[in-house]
Amino acid sequence: MHQPLTPAGPEKTSGSAGPQNRTRPTVTFTLNGQSVVAPADRTILQIADEHGLEVPRLCYMEGMRADGNCRTCMVEIKGERVLAASCCRYPKDGMEVTTNSARAIVSQKMSLELLLADIPETSYTLDSELDLWAKKMDVGKPRFHSRPQPVEDLSHPAMAVHLDACIQCKRCVRACREEQVNDVIGYAFRGGHSKIVFDLDDPMGNSTCVACGECVQACPTGALMPARDVAMVVPDKTVDSVCPYCGVGCQLTYNVKDNKILYVQGRDGPANSSRLCVKGRYGFDYVQHRHRLTTPLIRKKDVPKHKDFTVDPENWHEVFREATWDEALDFAAKGLRDIRDQYGKKALAGFGSAKGTNEEAYLFQKLVRTGFGSNNVDHCTRLCHASSVAALMEGINSGAVSNQVRDVANAEVIFLIGANPTVNHPVAATWIKNAAKAGVKLIVADPRRGDLARHATYNLQFNPDTDVALLNAMLHVIVEEGLVDEKFVQDRTSGYAALAENVKKFSPEAMAPICGIDAPTIREVARLYATSKGSMILWGMGISQHVHGTDNARCLIALALSTGQIGKPGSGLHPLRGQNNVQGASDSGLIPMFYPDYQRVNTPEARARFEKLWKTELDPNPGLTVVEIMNAAKKQDIRGMYIMGENPAMSDPDVDHAREAMATLDHVVVQDIFLTETAYLADVVLPATAWPEKVGTVTNTDRMVQLGRKAIEPPGDAREDFWLIVQLARRIGLDWQYTHPRDVFNEMRQCMDSIAGITWDRLEQESSVTYPCVKEGDPGDPVVFIEAFPTQTGRAKFVPADLISAAERPDADYPMVLITGRQLEHWHTGSMTRRSGALDYIEPEPVASVHPLDLENLGVAPGGTLTIESRRGSISLYARADEGTPRGTVFVPFCYYEAAANMLTNPVLDPFGKIPEFKYCAIKVTPGGEVPERMSFGGGSILADAMSAARS
Amino acid sequence: MNVEIPSKSQRSRVRGIPKGRAVDPKAREEVRSLLGDAPRRRDLLIEHLHKIQDRFGCVSAAHLVALAAEMKMAMAEVYEVATFYHHFDVVKEGDTAPPAITVRVCDSIACELAGSHDLLEKLPALLGKDVRVLPAPCVGRCETAPVAVVGQNPVPHAMAEKIVSLVNARSVTHSSTDIAITPSHVDYAAYRAAGGYALAAACVGGSRTPADIIAVMENSGLRGLGGAGFPAGRKWKIVAAEPAPRLMAINIDEGEPGTFKDRYYLERDPHRFLEGAIIAACAVGIDTVYIYLRDEYHGCRAILERELAALQADPPCKLPEFHLRRGAGAYICGEESAMIESIEGKRGEPRLRPPYVAQVGLFGRPTLEHNMETLHWVREIVEKGPEWFAGHGRNGRKGLRSFSVSGRVKKPGVHLAPAGITLQELIDEYCGGMLEGHTLYGYLPGGASGGILPASMANVPLDFDTLNQYGCFIGSAAVVVLSDKDTATAAARNVMKFFADESCGQCTPCRVGTEKALHLMRSRRWDKPLLNELSQAMMDASICGLGQAAPNPMLSVMKYFPGEVD
Repeated sequence: MHQPLTPAGPEKTSGSAGPQNRTRPTVTFTLNGQSVVAPADRTILQIADEHGLEVPRLCYMEGMRADGNCRTCMVEIKGERVLAASCCRYPKDGMEVTTNSARAIVSQKMSLELLLADIPETSYTLDSELDLWAKKMDVGKPRFHSRPQPVEDLSHPAMAVHLDACIQCKRCVRACREEQVNDVIGYAFRGGHSKIVFDLDDPMGNSTCVACGECVQACPTGALMPARDVAMVVPDKTVDSVCPYCGVGCQLTYNVKDNKILYVQGRDGPANSSRLCVKGRYGFDYVQHRHRLTTPLIRKKDVPKHKDFTVDPENWHEVFREATWDEALDFAAKGLRDIRDQYGKKALAGFGSAKGTNEEAYLFQKLVRTGFGSNNVDHCTRLCHASSVAALMEGINSGAVSNQVRDVANAEVIFLIGANPTVNHPVAATWIKNAAKAGVKLIVADPRRGDLARHATYNLQFNPDTDVALLNAMLHVIVEEGLVDEKFVQDRTSGYAALAENVKKFSPEAMAPICGIDAPTIREVARLYATSKGSMILWGMGISQHVHGTDNARCLIALALSTGQIGKPGSGLHPLRGQNNVQGASDSGLIPMFYPDYQRVNTPEARARFEKLWKTELDPNPGLTVVEIMNAAKKQDIRGMYIMGENPAMSDPDVDHAREAMATLDHVVVQDIFLTETAYLADVVLPATAWPEKVGTVTNTDRMVQLGRKAIEPPGDAREDFWLIVQLARRIGLDWQYTHPRDVFNEMRQCMDSIAGITWDRLEQESSVTYPCVKEGDPGDPVVFIEAFPTQTGRAKFVPADLISAAERPDADYPMVLITGRQLEHWHTGSMTRRSGALDYIEPEPVASVHPLDLENLGVAPGGTLTIESRRGSISLYARADEGTPRGTVFVPFCYYEAAANMLTNPVLDPFGKIPEFKYCAIKVTPGGEVPERMSFGGGSILADAMSAARS
Repeated sequence: MNVEIPSKSQRSRVRGIPKGRAVDPKAREEVRSLLGDAPRRRDLLIEHLHKIQDRFGCVSAAHLVALAAEMKMAMAEVYEVATFYHHFDVVKEGDTAPPAITVRVCDSIACELAGSHDLLEKLPALLGKDVRVLPAPCVGRCETAPVAVVGQNPVPHAMAEKIVSLVNARSVTHSSTDIAITPSHVDYAAYRAAGGYALAAACVGGSRTPADIIAVMENSGLRGLGGAGFPAGRKWKIVAAEPAPRLMAINIDEGEPGTFKDRYYLERDPHRFLEGAIIAACAVGIDTVYIYLRDEYHGCRAILERELAALQADPPCKLPEFHLRRGAGAYICGEESAMIESIEGKRGEPRLRPPYVAQVGLFGRPTLEHNMETLHWVREIVEKGPEWFAGHGRNGRKGLRSFSVSGRVKKPGVHLAPAGITLQELIDEYCGGMLEGHTLYGYLPGGASGGILPASMANVPLDFDTLNQYGCFIGSAAVVVLSDKDTATAAARNVMKFFADESCGQCTPCRVGTEKALHLMRSRRWDKPLLNELSQAMMDASICGLGQAAPNPMLSVMKYFPGEVD
């Protein structure tokens, strides 16, 4: 098994560091008459299990804090007045324990019988632990009357609540409060009236429940179950895999029947320890949506491309005709070939995807570099962490995280800035919340107040766009107050003098009016960060998606370097990766300036290495980035594109411009699973496979390379992306012979030193291996930069930053500020999640979050409509009163095609990372407006009928 | 706030606010102004809930949501605590708020014997629907049974007419001048004038060493008077050996039906236990003392607040930090670890042991927890010497016991008597005999939990350890005397109902077992094998003393009064 960084979680860990070099204390005691030697930190129940003794238990669940309330695991300890709950009791030397004495059995059976008396005879689950133990212990029909039973609660689209089957074991409470720390479930009232409640005993569907489903996974009796009895079907098979949504990389298990995913369970992976979020647990029915592309499509000759459209995938035939695979692939390849041959290598570009596998990403960039002949290949990393990576590469020559998320358990301080992980990295957020509950000091800095604020020691709701002011002020304090780790700075860094000089002018007193955080608080936070035994910085798009995104990240790096808070457990830099494989896609070279493993295309050694491996000449110049490619397309410098699994027509800034640019292209090949906005502008559409339909590896935010396995067959004539890339490559003249992703992975190992030690076999066995893993058999390094930084000198470099304003500040015409981002339930442009019944039901309509007082000033009621206009476009959508949104700003998620936030955003770029400023542009907001008609998906339509039937 | 959008384009449900309930701005302002500058620490949750309940007569959902936000807590965390305690009236949308006046009629054993059921039946009609009449568990005034409480105003020897007149007069607070409920007490000045706090000052000043004091306590044989009877001196020694910081928690959550001795002493001589606490703090090395007072003792709270303030205004020596915490109506919080949970602002759910409170107690720190009366005796024992206390006793037992006697005797009340006295001696020598027309039938030697003994066993010594062989115990020395007008079955049902109502709901044998037992006990003929089996599991497998002792009265009935249930 993989060793997680720490056995984090609520279980008492008592600093269990260094299990190898410290011998575990043992105890010798008597268990059912036999002398037993066992580790002192194992409970009697755990030891009994190891010795094959059957002791019933219901409230106990491996990995969870033992609570000892069900009293079915009672054992007799000689000399003690009463029995002991074996799940909570640790043996002592000389203790005499009996698990099966007549006296113990009476209590074990009576507790089972009492619980059994109060639950219905027909079960809501196929595997009730109560039924199991009642049977094993030979507990017959209960001899007691039943309690009055509560009514069912079917208010939630993903989960059903049947408290008549509840045995009050509180596993759900612990799951919700101690594991996930979503704090929705409580145990209210008293005595026989005690009951599980959501918030103030509200219907689950109306509560603050975020539907992580951890409670369902924990429930032993089916009182909490997946909705609509999907788990009452016996699956044909279970398949272990990894979640396709965010960068946390949660491992999971599909339960499959008749080529359909019935339901999903969390698996004990190193990043998630069986935890999942709403998307990873309830967001898989998109693969079975009727909109799945099942046949290759070719654009009808008489349907020209135009930027103004709304896609209705239902009516695909208005634009496309069906084609055979041969025809479609030939057509796709010919168009690309013709452009290359007529307009030159630079007239083609490719967008790969951070949603595909490492093998696909590798093949895709190889196709562009060797088949198209340029480095014009990029993907959505450009839109998320490009600036972070630019700063990290510049400062420490490595774009990946220095420490894994769960390492926060070993920190003393967590500094989280510009990130909203409860929404965007929900399971990572659980580790942060666990740490905060265990006493780690959490500093949250974000203009928006999110769910983590409640857990924070300091919640700094600073003004949008003033990151550098805040961070430089902290650096100022660190320098001025002598909090610098002089030795670290001297031994391991360069450029400190310039930084120290630069931050002189950024005193907290001077910066306070700019960033909106008072000077004493800035000082306290800086001291806290600098002087703790270990401080971890985690950040997200709030840092990166600015014109000064690289500067923001430079400041964070400077914080870590100046205080020596890097290169040890609980201390480092962690840019939280967005997509499930954005780390891997970047590693695999889906970037215009880097070959795989961040080898620069403009360095001759790197180029020579790849020219040798790929047996062809390569372009020595970096290619164009995402937004640059769109600009080039508009100017017809680029005329043809191959786009795999990306949706720039929704995700690019100023999407009107992007769509116009795409409509200008002569030939566009789009490979996807749905007819996205981008596919709508294609000349040929290749139906591809969804994640559960293929095999491949993905790399999470923690540098864990994890294996995704195939669970179901793709629909219709859809084909695996791997196959499609190979087919296209062959048709544009490349002699590729790959037959399985394994072949690709083995080639990758030859040119990517960081994963050279990872074998496909090991991935199949262990599912997850952390890199750097240079030699076969290496365990993989969860913490890096311990001795040196991977720069030529081994030193990291300080790069000072100055204040730069957002490109477009509010003014009289556009007085408010737009912040874009995501919602918990919806993934990026919504093409998957808005086709998932539960997810779309929970967040069915486009909403803009506005401070209630701003809303009042606008004269718009919560739930009413408003119109947002920027210099680039206008959308109308529904208003949500949200106190977490700062005054004067509006937050809009970009997943809604009816009201695409990127109609408004500003395509201006950070000069280093070339990332657009998604987090800031000027807008004006007016009441009213017509929300555009919804097309054939979204609006909660999939489950609407089922849910209204359940309610009535 | 789900706004239904016109069906023009099949708009389904637009959520105008984030998930769940939103904070109501008005409620937030009200909560903020009620809390003022008080810290928002979560251990103060129950204190803050009291502020809302006292001000608004209930705790509305809007206030709960606002309070949660104000305290940076989750709604469920606040709700589960508020609904645990009887004295918070949680009112959700659509519920009607309770009327301005609530009359609580004690229906525990002593009051039931004295006719509280009649009161409960009669009062609603007499008082009308603007007054709420609730049965309440023991309010600790059993010597004046039956007892009702109008608002916070206790009514001894309650008659319907008296209650009606108090309600009509809106007399809802505990009167500090009514001698019937507020006997005169030794105030700070008087206590000091009579030599009080000299010993505490000597201890704090160093002229009496901790080792010396602890030795006296050990030699006196004083045992914990809350019911468990753990030797006090040994407890001090154990806690003193634990790492600092150490805390003290004083248990005045006197809720065992039939027990009222703590109230008795507190109403008369409140400084005595405070001095005991200072001495104990000094001997054990404790800086902070938490006093947990049951909410029913409003009069005592007023006294204690005033006298603590007087003490702190003019301290005789360096004082430990005192925190007075108010219970909220939960018998279980008298259990030592449940009390600690309650002081931490949580549901009063007892903890599993080990670890013991002395090692891991309040806020995770080693904690010296004492019943108030235990500390009450400290000064006198140290002043007079250990032999003085140990010199009392009868029938081979040592020490003094404060018996709370109620039921069918002429002079119910707190009787300080030698340990080991028999019931017959207690009745004859201290209680003026049985009530006219009543003959002794049986008795509960230790409140609701100590079992029931028949008249034939009126001559066994009453003390810790002496009753175990009979399946009973003395506990807090609350003796309820039954006569030939009573049945043991009715008494057993009364207390089992009490236990079912007061079970915290945490563990199966107690939460479910008490309910199932009560149901079975309502049959005319009891299913003895099943009840015995259930009893064994409850006694063996319940987490705390409540569930472990709950079967005692029922077992006593089957053992000593079999004729009643055959």
